[in-house]
Amino acid sequence: MINFEATELRLGLPGGNHGGEMVGKNNGKRGFSETVDLKLNLSSTVMDSVSKVDLENMKEKVVKPPAKAQVVGWPPVRSFRKNVMSGQKPTTGDATEGNDKTSGSSGATSSASGCAAVAYVKVSMDGAPYLRKIDLKLYKTYQDLSDALSKMFSSFTIGNYGPQGMKDFMNESKLIDLLNGSDYVPTYEDKDGDWMLVGDVPWEMFVDSCKRIRIMKGSEAIGLAPRALEKCKNRS
Amino acid sequence: MTEEDSSAKMSEDVEKYLNLNPPCSSSSSSSSAATFTNKSRNFKSSPPPCPDHVLENVLENVLQFLTSRCDRNAVSLVCRSWYRVEAQTRLEVFIGNCYSLSPARLIHRFKRVRSLVLKGKPRFADFNLMPPNWGAQFSPWVAATAKAYPWLEKVHLKRMFVTDDDLALLAESFPGFKELTLVCCEGFGTSGIAIVANKCRQLKVLDLMESEVTDDELDWISCFPEGETHLESLSFDCIESPINFKALEELVVRSPFLKKLRTNRFVSLEELHRLMVRAPQLTSLGTGSFSPDNVPQGEQQPDYAAAFRACKSIVCLSGFREFRPEYLLAISSVCANLTSLNFSYANISPHMLKPIISNCHNIRVFWALDSIRDEGLQAVAATCKELRELRIFPFDPREDSEGPVSGVGLQAISEGCRKLESILYFCQNMTNGAVTAMSENCPQLTVFRLCIMGRHRPDHVTGKPMDDGFGAIVKNCKKLTRLAVSGLLTDEAFSYIGEYGKLIRTLSVAFAGNSDKALRYVLEGCPKLQKLEIRDSPFGDVGLRSGMHRYSNMRFVWLSSCLISRGGCRGVSHALPNVVVEVFGADGDDDEDTVTGDYVETLYLYRSLDGPRKDAPKFVTIL
Repeated sequence: MINFEATELRLGLPGGNHGGEMVGKNNGKRGFSETVDLKLNLSSTVMDSVSKVDLENMKEKVVKPPAKAQVVGWPPVRSFRKNVMSGQKPTTGDATEGNDKTSGSSGATSSASGCAAVAYVKVSMDGAPYLRKIDLKLYKTYQDLSDALSKMFSSFTIGNYGPQGMKDFMNESKLIDLLNGSDYVPTYEDKDGDWMLVGDVPWEMFVDSCKRIRIMKGSEAIGLAPRALEKCKNRS
Repeated sequence: MTEEDSSAKMSEDVEKYLNLNPPCSSSSSSSSAATFTNKSRNFKSSPPPCPDHVLENVLENVLQFLTSRCDRNAVSLVCRSWYRVEAQTRLEVFIGNCYSLSPARLIHRFKRVRSLVLKGKPRFADFNLMPPNWGAQFSPWVAATAKAYPWLEKVHLKRMFVTDDDLALLAESFPGFKELTLVCCEGFGTSGIAIVANKCRQLKVLDLMESEVTDDELDWISCFPEGETHLESLSFDCIESPINFKALEELVVRSPFLKKLRTNRFVSLEELHRLMVRAPQLTSLGTGSFSPDNVPQGEQQPDYAAAFRACKSIVCLSGFREFRPEYLLAISSVCANLTSLNFSYANISPHMLKPIISNCHNIRVFWALDSIRDEGLQAVAATCKELRELRIFPFDPREDSEGPVSGVGLQAISEGCRKLESILYFCQNMTNGAVTAMSENCPQLTVFRLCIMGRHRPDHVTGKPMDDGFGAIVKNCKKLTRLAVSGLLTDEAFSYIGEYGKLIRTLSVAFAGNSDKALRYVLEGCPKLQKLEIRDSPFGDVGLRSGMHRYSNMRFVWLSSCLISRGGCRGVSHALPNVVVEVFGADGDDDEDTVTGDYVETLYLYRSLDGPRKDAPKFVTIL
């Protein structure tokens, strides 16, 4: 039994219900079906030159015309170039965005392409010969950041983050333990110029306020403990 | 054999063969005459040299002046003897499709290769139309050449898959290695680069262009050995990870021959300044971010303009990856000498462009984003009378984007830049009039690539298809070898291409044509066609069949999202045993549906001397 609906050629937007697996596969991919739609509907002379076999093929495979969304690989711009563009800021009349590149808030988003702004911060680790720069916008949680940093500076681990995604600073003794140990802890300089322990604020707030990151020995970070503890207390 | 040795041997052989008696006094100096007399006395007792050897010797000496591969290919067809000699003397081998022959065949025929150029994936792979892990691995090539050509000096790869292990083998196997260029390659990381930097002590060129380089968290710049280097060119603008600037600075200081330096975006303006001060001999500079690290504090800011003034030899500028407009004018002093300017990663407005471009009288190559708008193009047209190559890329590469450049800019360029030879132009609104104007004003065009981003867009003034414009291009631009078409096009456009495009070697088609006739016009009409790439066009088996007489003489044909069937493809593969016919889906599924159904998502066919490849992944079916 032929499913007429499935073989029907349409110009409309996809209904989304044309036969199981094919939906997933097509996913807005192809323009050819749309092309065929246009041509066949416009002129009957075209049909003559299209062989019967071809027509059968088209009928079977043309499941739905894709929405006028992006077609794969069109326009033909290499991904390298696209990626570069998506990181760009649009030109403004005066460069009021003039922020330090290391600031968390990197200013306006790029026009129309709809990608997030970048948030580059320098990351230094005590004892390491050089700095790294990372884009905080690439990460969604402290755990992601932790994984990335520990890959970059493989000789340390930041430790685990709790279920809320924040360091467990509620427990004072745990905090003191951490800072007494010889493990490295990540610290960051915030908008106010204060040095904080990474993980003490919700992730989004951190991305916005972090200007630079310094990974230092736990024992050296002890000076930050009072501030961190204070923030704990303020929150609870 | 040095040149002097070989020519001495040649004259000996020639004279023996021709049975010359030394003239008494009219030849060269007495000492050489004496030697010659001795030789001629000996000559009587030794057998005459075989004419073949003499000729081969003579030929060897002559052929060393032939560098063009077309000429060499012609020479090799004359006779067996010439084939042999040519094979012995070819120093640079160019392989346009790595699957057209096996590495074994290469090393069997050519014995003294010093330079290898290899190209892998077809161009449409750049636009995600090919599933990952399709092939084009460098491994078998480096393995074979490592044994056969220990004197190898130069490797140039495009769209190949190169691993760190491959790079390590390269660095270990070729002690005299001098030049590595990787264009649009992937599969390796900074650790592979570090090995090359460290082990290739004669390295002159390390150029990475638009390649994907994974960040192995390794300070590869520090891996260059101590002491003076031979570096002439170092391009790493595509490395998307930070570098050790101090090490770079030290490297530049100890590289007195460095002419070309392209830094990545992790080099700030202050750092660039330091590099320029240390390398005023640079001719080509990739500026990195062109943005300062720190907000400047008045007088503490370095004098960027002075640094550019001091680099009197700069003729090529690129980079500007995160540029700050207020610093752009620092480059003004080099503008008059520039022959090449690449602003294509910088969102530059007409206002920013004008003061710069108005000094660029000698520019021959200009790449920019469409952010410069028609107005910017008019400024280019007004000043850049020597322009040979123009590329305008879209800042917003989507079908529905605004398109700030149009036929207006194209026409202006055609009127101002009469020597134009090559153009790539992304736009939304175009007219047949503007395209025709360019065909009439720029008769030197060899490359015309127009990309109207909205699919099937007609002439935006008349509403007609773009047939006439492209028709004018093929008709008037008699030197045209490369053409890319777009916009609303009927079969008529293709009939023009077939009728007039007699020198066309590369043709790119997308979302165009009405029927198989279009494909037939091209395959029957364009005798020089080598590379044909088509997507999303209504061409089927009939059209495919019409090219049977051509496929053995073409580098490749790519047809994706068209109307061809497996049966049609099989027909080609049966009729042409020396053509490999690959069929695959776009997303690399081994799924039964895409593989065994009659529908062909992608057809990629190419001639091959060694039959189907053995490394095809599961999702590729070779018919």
